[in-house]
Amino acid sequence: MVDAALERPAAAGAVRKPSALRRRLQRKSTIAFLMTLPLILLIAALVIYPALYSLHLATLNKSMERFVGLSNFAFLFKRQTFWMVVKQSCIFAITAVIFKALIGFVVAHFVHNIPTKGQRKWRGMLLVPWVIPPAMSTLAWLWLFDPSYSAFNWLLAKFGVEAIPWTAEAGWARFSVILVNVWIGSPFFMIMYLAALKSVPEQLYEAAAIDGANWWQRIWYVTLPMMRNIIAITALFSLIVTFANFDIVRILTAGGPIDQTHVFATWAFWIGIQGGDIPLGAAVSLFMVPILSIAAIFILRDINRRGNEA
Amino acid sequence: MTAASAAHTVPATPRKYGSMSRDRRWALCLSYFFLVVFAIFFLTPPVYMFITSIKTSQEISAAVNPWWVYNPSLANYVELLSSPVFLTFFRNSAIVSVSVVVITMLISVPAAFALSRMKFWGSATLATGVFLTYLIPETLLFIPLFKMFATFRDWTGIELINRWWALLLLYPTLTVPFCTWIMIGYFASIPKELDEAALMDGANYRQILTRIFIPVALPGLIAATIFAFTVSWAQFLYPLAFTTSADQLVLPVGIVTTLIKGDVFNWGQIMTGALLGAAPPLIIYAFLMDYYIAGLTAGATKG
Repeated sequence: MVDAALERPAAAGAVRKPSALRRRLQRKSTIAFLMTLPLILLIAALVIYPALYSLHLATLNKSMERFVGLSNFAFLFKRQTFWMVVKQSCIFAITAVIFKALIGFVVAHFVHNIPTKGQRKWRGMLLVPWVIPPAMSTLAWLWLFDPSYSAFNWLLAKFGVEAIPWTAEAGWARFSVILVNVWIGSPFFMIMYLAALKSVPEQLYEAAAIDGANWWQRIWYVTLPMMRNIIAITALFSLIVTFANFDIVRILTAGGPIDQTHVFATWAFWIGIQGGDIPLGAAVSLFMVPILSIAAIFILRDINRRGNEA
Repeated sequence: MTAASAAHTVPATPRKYGSMSRDRRWALCLSYFFLVVFAIFFLTPPVYMFITSIKTSQEISAAVNPWWVYNPSLANYVELLSSPVFLTFFRNSAIVSVSVVVITMLISVPAAFALSRMKFWGSATLATGVFLTYLIPETLLFIPLFKMFATFRDWTGIELINRWWALLLLYPTLTVPFCTWIMIGYFASIPKELDEAALMDGANYRQILTRIFIPVALPGLIAATIFAFTVSWAQFLYPLAFTTSADQLVLPVGIVTTLIKGDVFNWGQIMTGALLGAAPPLIIYAFLMDYYIAGLTAGATKG
């Protein structure tokens, strides 16, 4: 009805005998399609096509002349480094996400506890790690972890603790990359949880207090159930981003010592771009797909459900 | 926190209010204490960046307290800001980021408008697809894209690898899906009556978009712009894989690859460069914090 109202003056003002093409171009769905066309082209050419192309690439030999089937994958399965990368990627992503969620939750509570007046200031300050480009802040961490001039080790020495080989020893290097990731990511959780905390109705807490709930029970029976959705979706988002992380590992350890801290992204870069074996690199990065798609399915399900509720 | 139990043990005395407020104050002090602890944890690296950036190389390598500056100097800043290489990085980064913001907005705003208001065949699927695209990380795409660019050169003779402007093709894949997604959310929240009234008055779709939707959804537009800018400014993997020569590098990669020469780390300059590289997003954040946070939370809550 509204469309008809729109088209009448437009048609009257237009050329006397509107051609079929022109009429078609004026139709609402055609206009809409043309408006989304750049988006569709971009996604098709630079996201969907490369994603499918990497499936094809992974089945070629190193010089990309011959189809070798699944032998790239078979080769990877036989390599010890590959399994180390799988293990490290999972440890890295899962540990980092758990700690980000915990720290984000705790900090969000503390910010929520203080008077509203001061919250803005604190929130602004605590989000700084998220704002700085990760490559830049990881450089600062690299300098803090420097083998000979580490400012942390200087502090530790004041307390009589031995110097820690932050990036030189496998266990500590793994700890360091996770620490930096947690440092960068937990402010994001904090912001999300803070927004969720604000949306929990105050009456629920009052009712719980009247029923004699202590602070732990209030968190367990009121806050957590009310925030369940946002906790899940933030964690899944973060799992995807963390699992596919590149910047931190690349700058902090470059995968070392002896490939012990490589994750899929950095190892794929190492093999595919620096090592020049594009098919093998593509094969490595494809191993990210299963865990990413599981997380994506859960996120989508959640979003669709909320879409239906709205 | 134990207001109820406090009331229980000391019933009906004025003492009760005293203990409650003491409880509150105690909880408040605890909150502030932990906030200070976390603030120290979160702010140590940037502060240490700044401390190092105003030191001289002699002081950095001296065996003195690294957390204190004895002879502050701006030499690192002067040196970097007068170095043509560094200024090239800065210029490349600025051009790339600003152009990507413009490209992103030109693509995602009309698309979001069409997807949120003009239902057509497959529009719902496309909206979900846009969101899915946002979940595909760049670490999955850089190898096939690298090969695609090489093939493209072989076919057409146009070199895309090691050209900073080729990043203008790559960055929108990171920014457009998210910006479209949050703009769909913002546009969908505009009451239908508004555009129906405009249609009645004889406005066409272009006028509805530019006269009504863009002004009304301006906060969302600003949030999306900030997002696109910070993502392009911070992107590290694509420029690292696709550009190599010094005049084509953007800031993050330039600092990491050129200031670290072999095993010689000139930390004063690296930290200065890192701080200057972090400055534009930080300045935007300082002035537009609310929009920044709105964009951040919209991504997951608007959906």
